[in-house]
Amino acid sequence: MRPGPGGCCCRRPVRANGCVTNGEVRNGYVKSSASAAAAAAGQIHHVTQNGGLYKRPFNEAFEETPMLVAVLTYVGYGVLTLFGYLRDFLRHWRIEKCHHATEREEQKDFVSLYQDFENFYTRNLYMRIRDNWNRPICSVPGARVDIMERQSHDYNWSFKYTGNIIKGVINMGSYNYLGFARNTGSCQEAAAKVLEEYGVGVCSTRQEIGNLDKHEELEELVARFLGVEAAMAYGMGFATNSMNIPALVGKGCLILSDELNHASLVLGARLSGATIRIFKHNNMQSLEKLLKDAIVYGQPRTRRPWKKILILVEGIYSMEGSIVRLPEVIALKKKYKAYLYLDEAHSIGALGPTGRGVVEYFGLDPEDVDVMMGTFTKSFGASGGYIGGKKELIDYLRTHSHSAVYATSLSPPVVEQIITSMKCIMGQDGTSLGKECVQQLAENTRYFRRRLKEMGFIIYGNEDSPVVPLMLYMPAKIGAFGREMLKRNIGVVVVGFPATPIIESRARFCLSAAHTKEILDTALKEIDEVGDLLQLKYSRHRLVPLLDRPFDETTYEETED
Amino acid sequence: MATATEQWVLVEMVQALYEAPAYHLILEGILILWIIRLLFSKTYKLQERSDLTVKEKEELIEEWQPEPLVPPVPKDHPALNYNIVSGPPSHKIVVNGKECINFASFNFLGLLDNPRVKAAALASLKKYGVGTCGPRGFYGTFDVHLDLEDRLAKFMKTEEAIIYSYGFATIASAIPAYSKRGDIVFVDRAACFAIQKGLQASRSDIKLFKHNDMADLERLLKEQEIEDQKNPRKARVTRRFIVVEGLYMNTGTICPLPELIDDIDLISANMENALASIGGFCCGRSFVIDHQRLSGQGYCFSASLPPLLAAAAIEALNIMEENPGIFAVLKEKCRQIHKALQGISGLKVVGESFSPAFHLQLEESTRSREQDVRLLQEIVDQCMNKNIALTQARYLEKEEKCLPPPSIRVVVTVEQTEEELERAASTIKEVAQVVLL
Repeated sequence: MRPGPGGCCCRRPVRANGCVTNGEVRNGYVKSSASAAAAAAGQIHHVTQNGGLYKRPFNEAFEETPMLVAVLTYVGYGVLTLFGYLRDFLRHWRIEKCHHATEREEQKDFVSLYQDFENFYTRNLYMRIRDNWNRPICSVPGARVDIMERQSHDYNWSFKYTGNIIKGVINMGSYNYLGFARNTGSCQEAAAKVLEEYGVGVCSTRQEIGNLDKHEELEELVARFLGVEAAMAYGMGFATNSMNIPALVGKGCLILSDELNHASLVLGARLSGATIRIFKHNNMQSLEKLLKDAIVYGQPRTRRPWKKILILVEGIYSMEGSIVRLPEVIALKKKYKAYLYLDEAHSIGALGPTGRGVVEYFGLDPEDVDVMMGTFTKSFGASGGYIGGKKELIDYLRTHSHSAVYATSLSPPVVEQIITSMKCIMGQDGTSLGKECVQQLAENTRYFRRRLKEMGFIIYGNEDSPVVPLMLYMPAKIGAFGREMLKRNIGVVVVGFPATPIIESRARFCLSAAHTKEILDTALKEIDEVGDLLQLKYSRHRLVPLLDRPFDETTYEETED
Repeated sequence: MATATEQWVLVEMVQALYEAPAYHLILEGILILWIIRLLFSKTYKLQERSDLTVKEKEELIEEWQPEPLVPPVPKDHPALNYNIVSGPPSHKIVVNGKECINFASFNFLGLLDNPRVKAAALASLKKYGVGTCGPRGFYGTFDVHLDLEDRLAKFMKTEEAIIYSYGFATIASAIPAYSKRGDIVFVDRAACFAIQKGLQASRSDIKLFKHNDMADLERLLKEQEIEDQKNPRKARVTRRFIVVEGLYMNTGTICPLPELIDDIDLISANMENALASIGGFCCGRSFVIDHQRLSGQGYCFSASLPPLLAAAAIEALNIMEENPGIFAVLKEKCRQIHKALQGISGLKVVGESFSPAFHLQLEESTRSREQDVRLLQEIVDQCMNKNIALTQARYLEKEEKCLPPPSIRVVVTVEQTEEELERAASTIKEVAQVVLL
């Protein structure tokens, strides 16, 4: 096989170290049996095969679930399900009081609005630990936050506010990577001035009469920030994806989407009407196989060639903490003439020596990415999304994007916040605050991850990703972790099914440049304590080597949707 | 002894062979021959994907040329160059450097530059900053959001309300949360684009009925009933929904609600027009609304509404509740301009007389839509020169299910004085006469 520009050849699956025997291929990595993997684990090498493409070490690890823990987790869910059925039965026969709202009497003989089973999980599992989510706050979501205390006297079916406020809770849940969520400082002052002058609303769409001079200023700045020809800004990050992907591709096109892509990307891909094929998470062999087969065999049944192929990936995947293998993706895209749509919702501002995102992190050229999308919510402390790229692309989006025609444009004070924070990161406001924040975030990330790994927790994801998932696995521990941490004045985010696979529930920490070392140390101390209390230190330091993931040649997923 | 028995059995067999009828023997013979043939013939292989050689595959990959990512946009595309508004889009708006009276922004109650609204937003900005840095589930729920939801529920006299951070996403997330593949939705033809996208995302069966035609809706419902009777099992699990708009954006008419239904399950609204804020909300009974908190995509997977915008909406609600008189004032102004714009040669008014947002369409369209759009743009530009800011209603021509004809959108706000309304009407009349004749 002729080597391509990136050397991405399809290689034979590696079977030498017995990783295939009684293992299942999941997400591109194999759960190997204990004895065989112990030998392989000795060599924890992280150099990738296409080492030439990477200018820096790429350290990503997803330690496998220990067998005992997996079994106990399944047992836990089994017990919960049984109890769920029992409680449903009791509720049906009115032995137990039914707390949730029911349909109106007049409409009782209509077809039921919700499928009973759909809500089984919500009623019987989610309700028990519901107090860990939707916690209302009443201050700036900075490094410390004030949470309104809630109490429930009927096992989380309803909440009452006690009136107390838990002050100064360490905030490890908000997406505040560069610390721009502040209510004082230059950003806030600028936004206040613009608010006085412009007001809050816009009351029109971009194409009608809602295009303010502020919007043009913002778009020019975003284009300069990213290093692209032009950019366009939208009012909602979610809608940026769901309204622009249908404008770019349609029927007869192919979308290759990562397994763990965000709901907005999935929705945008579905609304476009193109054929969607899923490749295993961050697995370049899987992607290459799909690309090759797509070009060689064309559209299903008619065998016509595809009009275009669009690859959808994210910069940082927020549930796994992994960073996309961008150099390899770009090499593949160039070889197979596909287009790349990169969603940098979490990585813009958070990666790269000057905060320009995952493209700068890998030292690549922004022109190689056809569509650079991102949001202003996370690192800029505002709201909204943007798309950057060549001028033709942006011209096309200005005329054909659903958002430009039908949706209201960004609110002026929000625009000002973005402009000021972006200028700060670029260093154009005359201070070095931006650079310091970026550096502080990188230091915090490395420090936090290293300490947690040393303590013995299983941490997923890339070493440089500020999103840190800590594995909990068992359903009871989800609730316990959230509550114990709040008791110790630390607010964390816990996630379970259906945002993650059923046995891989996790706690997710989002680091911020606003976190000082003292705050991190306090948090780490408490996490250590709770980890001991709940027995969360599962790690056996057995990192599955990145390379030795035999690729199953027979799997070729086709989702005609 | 055994051989004797064997021999005897053999003799019996041979005897049976002689005694058997001929056709029986022939049939058996044929069957045996057929079995032998099947055993020895080659099996027929289904031609699998043509086995291409590696070299052929490489050639195919070399040769394949994709279309460009986006087709080129002509420089004179009507929607390419936006009007630039300098400063706030309030009653006196500066468009492309010219100061005009604003007849194009949906600022019905004039709350866009209301000092109380601005003050409330400013107070919120000083307390919370701008962004919420998270979705509602992960520390993105502020007390302001809870307040706003309470106030909206009370204002709309429903049990519960849920807010979204983007007006378009409100109905586009609400519909797929309830209606799934296999369900049936009856929707008006003139429904706006957001509803169409929500329906597309839900993958349900869509049945369109003629705009505001209740007889047509009834016909469709009756047809569905007949279908149901044919297949009762399927009918038992199919949900049915009717989607209508209160005031249709595309036609300026209202739906005949009393004829339609006696109780509404879900009301969805946009805070970006009269409330002069950003975002949208849904309200209804708790049984219905609570579901969206876990299955509304735009709610669960997106950052929550910035608190300053929520505070502005709350203040706007306060103002609306304190001065219920402004609604009557607005209605009166609508009636005034509606009457004044009747009888323009070449343009007809489309919309109810009390609708604050209505359309002016060409009475006689030239055969091509492009030509129509150009004529209307000419009228808009000339009105702009005479300091009346108007805009054409914009649509995505290839994406709309039932594309409305091109039109000029006229918006009435409480801030427009009677004199300004008269001036606008006479300007439009003059310009229309010049351009269309």
